[in-house]
Amino acid sequence: MRDVAVIGVGMIKWGELWEKSLRDMIVEAGLLALDDAGIDRVDSIVVGCMSSGLFNGQEHIDSLVADYLGQVPVPAARVESACASGGLALRTGFAQVASGLADVVLVGGVEKMTDVSGSEATYALGTAADQEYESFHGATFPGLYALMACAHMEKYGTTRKQLAMVAVKNHDNGSMNPHAQYPFKICVDAVLESVMVADPLRILDCSPITDGAAALVICPLEMAKRLKKPLVKITASTMATDAIALSGRREITWIESAYQAAKKAYEMAGKQPQDMHVIEVHDCFTIAEIMVMEAIGLVEKGQGGPAVEAGLTSLGGKYPVNTSGGLKSKGHPVGATGVAQAIEIVKQLREEAGPRQVKGAKLGLTQNMGGSGGSSVVHIFERG
Amino acid sequence: MPNPSRLWREIPQRYRLEAGRCQNCGYIAFPPRLVCPRCQSRAFETVRLADAGKIITYTVIRVPPQPFADQAPYALGIVELDDGVRLMGQVVDCGFEDLKIGQRVKVEFRKLYEEGAAGVIHYGYKFVPE
Repeated sequence: MRDVAVIGVGMIKWGELWEKSLRDMIVEAGLLALDDAGIDRVDSIVVGCMSSGLFNGQEHIDSLVADYLGQVPVPAARVESACASGGLALRTGFAQVASGLADVVLVGGVEKMTDVSGSEATYALGTAADQEYESFHGATFPGLYALMACAHMEKYGTTRKQLAMVAVKNHDNGSMNPHAQYPFKICVDAVLESVMVADPLRILDCSPITDGAAALVICPLEMAKRLKKPLVKITASTMATDAIALSGRREITWIESAYQAAKKAYEMAGKQPQDMHVIEVHDCFTIAEIMVMEAIGLVEKGQGGPAVEAGLTSLGGKYPVNTSGGLKSKGHPVGATGVAQAIEIVKQLREEAGPRQVKGAKLGLTQNMGGSGGSSVVHIFERG
Repeated sequence: MPNPSRLWREIPQRYRLEAGRCQNCGYIAFPPRLVCPRCQSRAFETVRLADAGKIITYTVIRVPPQPFADQAPYALGIVELDDGVRLMGQVVDCGFEDLKIGQRVKVEFRKLYEEGAAGVIHYGYKFVPE
């Protein structure tokens, strides 16, 4: 396998972007990534997108993206793993470069979610659950994570306040990210008094519905060395799956797919959890961040809540988690999320993260999750 | 609206709780599977799930998906049946304040929801505290 490096990143401001279409957003992000890399042609395109069919009535976006990026006839693929589609797109692009199938690959992620009503968006997202045995009984995504939260609180004593502190921390970080959908701070009381969605989760425990896109350019490390830019290598790219339905998991309070993907990633990169200087995890709900911290080995089982409360994962803490603002504050255009996580780590490793910069960050990790944990994609990045 | 054949083919599970038991390792698959996720055996026999168990986690859905709009708020739980199989479903005929982990429930045949204006009525299982 060839070593792989990131040579370009492109991110647009996320939000409710009424004036922009799916193709507008992914082309804008893609062009920003090409400009950052200083190139205008690529050998291959991979785009992560969960559900352009349900959100926009548009499938076949591999062709659409290649066309509107002015790259035809290059090969292009759309990949889907629910909310982990972006992470899987990066892994697919990584495999193409590492294997020699392609040299320069544009990896994009996009989701245009506000072209449908809130209930239609909820339905589209719900298709990532087991349609026949979860959605059929009235389950929603907040509901699935609420089921995990209820069990986690009972088993480990995780508190309602600890959940709220995840949202508060991520909004603190997101207030320093100009691309975030909700770049403002919130307080614990605001979370605790916000409207209940699925007990015990309230609306401020939930990531929002977002329009957004993000893109990366990757290439072989040897090629990247010829560019006059800070080198960022991808030293691990892994994925693991688990039962699609929550009832099929061995433990409701444990995200096995994140554990398995992270374990393989540490082996691949030759690193340990405690080596990471900056970490982006899939905080689609506050409980998810706590459970993923445990699964990827930052803390012991059941210790995610107290760790957040003690500031372990705050900017300036031992393991800064979600310096971008996470899904909570930055937004969660599902297919774009995994790509944007990678962009945050690349920016941190290049020391381009501005006021939220983690000083001297050399190693970073991303964890992107599909559904209620039916899939997880992990990447490790290292400054060259 | 989806073709009713989708509903019809799920009747053995929804109405009769039919599962598959692996003849090699004893794993009970619900819904039935063609290959055992534990031992890769493909030999299954049809068994009926236990009709009682206990709640292992629960929530109250306050923002429902469209087909359940007229039912919210409603309780949703995961129940571990006495044969060890876990099922998701609504917990009914009780106040939300009575929900607790470990609560014994029985499985009952109930109406779930109606699909569309003149649509199919979906039936299936729900949980009722014992």
